[in-house]
Amino acid sequence: MNASVAPDPMLPQPWRVQAVRRETADVVSLDLVPLAGAPMPFKPGQFNMLYAFGIGEVPVSLSGDPADASRFVHTVRAVGAVSGAIAAATPGTVLGLRGPFGSAWPVAAAAGHDILIIAGGLGLAPLRPAIYHVLANSERFGRIAVLYGSRGPAELLFHDELARWRGRLDMEVEITVDHADPSWHGRVGVVPGLIDKVAFDPKNTVALVCGPEVMIRFTVAGLRAAGVADDHVHVSMERNMKCAVGLCGHCQFGPDFVCKDGAVLAYDRIAARLAAREI
Amino acid sequence: METLERLLLGHPFFTDLDPAIGRILVGCARNLRFAPGEFLFRENEPANEFFLVREGNVALELHVPGRPPLVIGTLGAGEIVGASWLVPPYRWNFDARAVAATRAFGIDAACLRDKCEADHHLGYEMMKRLLPVMVGRMQAARQQLLDVYGHPGT
Ligand SMILES: Cc1cc2nc3c(=O)[nH]c(=O)nc-3n(C[C@H](O)[C@H](O)[C@H](O)COP(=O)(O)OP(=O)(O)OC[C@H]3O[C@@H](n4cnc5c(N)ncnc54)[C@H](O)[C@@H]3O)c2cc1C
Ligand code: FES
Repeated sequence: MNASVAPDPMLPQPWRVQAVRRETADVVSLDLVPLAGAPMPFKPGQFNMLYAFGIGEVPVSLSGDPADASRFVHTVRAVGAVSGAIAAATPGTVLGLRGPFGSAWPVAAAAGHDILIIAGGLGLAPLRPAIYHVLANSERFGRIAVLYGSRGPAELLFHDELARWRGRLDMEVEITVDHADPSWHGRVGVVPGLIDKVAFDPKNTVALVCGPEVMIRFTVAGLRAAGVADDHVHVSMERNMKCAVGLCGHCQFGPDFVCKDGAVLAYDRIAARLAAREI
Repeated sequence: METLERLLLGHPFFTDLDPAIGRILVGCARNLRFAPGEFLFRENEPANEFFLVREGNVALELHVPGRPPLVIGTLGAGEIVGASWLVPPYRWNFDARAVAATRAFGIDAACLRDKCEADHHLGYEMMKRLLPVMVGRMQAARQQLLDVYGHPGT
């Protein structure tokens, strides 16, 4: 008898850092494997609570391939005590992990549509599982485009993959940076400026958008101007979290709990709230 | 001349332009090519031409003493370069450098200004096309200023 019991969602399980890849000066990707058992399935857009023992716990999105059952990948930017400790992990470090939690990018429902995947800065990490899924099933989608922007060339994530995706015939990839020196031969400008650089049918397009909230706002305005309806736009929201299972109310965003109803939310559901200043 | 007119009116900036206006504008236009690294213009030079990019990539660069130039934007196929030709004292505020092999139409600025002055219908048509581009650029520049990807709390 070895009936498998789902772990208590409030109890961090020990996972070991198997590999660390430096993405930029302050961002690393960690491969994590559980000390016991195997990684559970996850959906693109979901997140884990990662616990740096003795320091604290923060939400971090899964950034790896949902079809790869051998490990979890997280891409972490060191911004404070907890994310800094996680980003400083080395192979062998043990972290606590809860989840996966939260809603998913609606990749299944997007089948049959053109799909625009739009990322700003670290926002490419939570979208990467969706990109893997879409590319593995590209025949199910219309046109596929990834639009990505960062502060400068040195802050672009996943260089090798971006280069590989750019070489594919079944997708378009457009990259821009806010500022650069003349050694950069790519585009300079903001992400919404990429929308009219790729082909899509606005009436039949699903857009997935992740990045800083201001970037989301301007990007959605650009999508609206291009004719994409709000209910075809999905965004990922960030709010501080504690329990991550819809109990504590820490992540409340109007009537939604971001940990349970989000982090991925349809834009038409939250448009009014995003425009308000004090939520 | 006929092909230049056809090509010029085929540029997205002139979508749905009254062909009669096109025939007038083409008299001010010429075909240009820039090799990678070549400048379309440099800061402070007289702004005597208006550029419509057909192909390639043009970087707009600001020079700051003691630092490498800062690229503040890039413009590609279907986009226009520069507005200083429209506003006195008609001098460029930045450098424009071809990053890739670039083909463009150049419209002589004095010629175009004269035609706008002489024919307000033509002038208004140009303004209606220029202003949304300029407002869009200003909004994009404001977004860049926000430094949305910057380190929080710094
Ligand atoms: C659903 C969800 C998914 C996330 N996915 C990722 C991910 O994949 N990778 C990743 O690196 N981070 C991700 N984050 C953000 C991450 O949780 C925070 O960066 C982390 O909580 C910061 O904690 P800290 O203790 O390191 O820093 P703190 O001491 O809490 O904060 C340090 C500084 O960072 C600022 N800050 C805190 N949180 C954020 C934030 N979310 N965005 C911008 N600035 C912030 C604070 O205002 C402060 O100035 C996600 C957040 C959510 C809600
Ligand atoms: S974090 Fe506790 S309810 Fe969302």
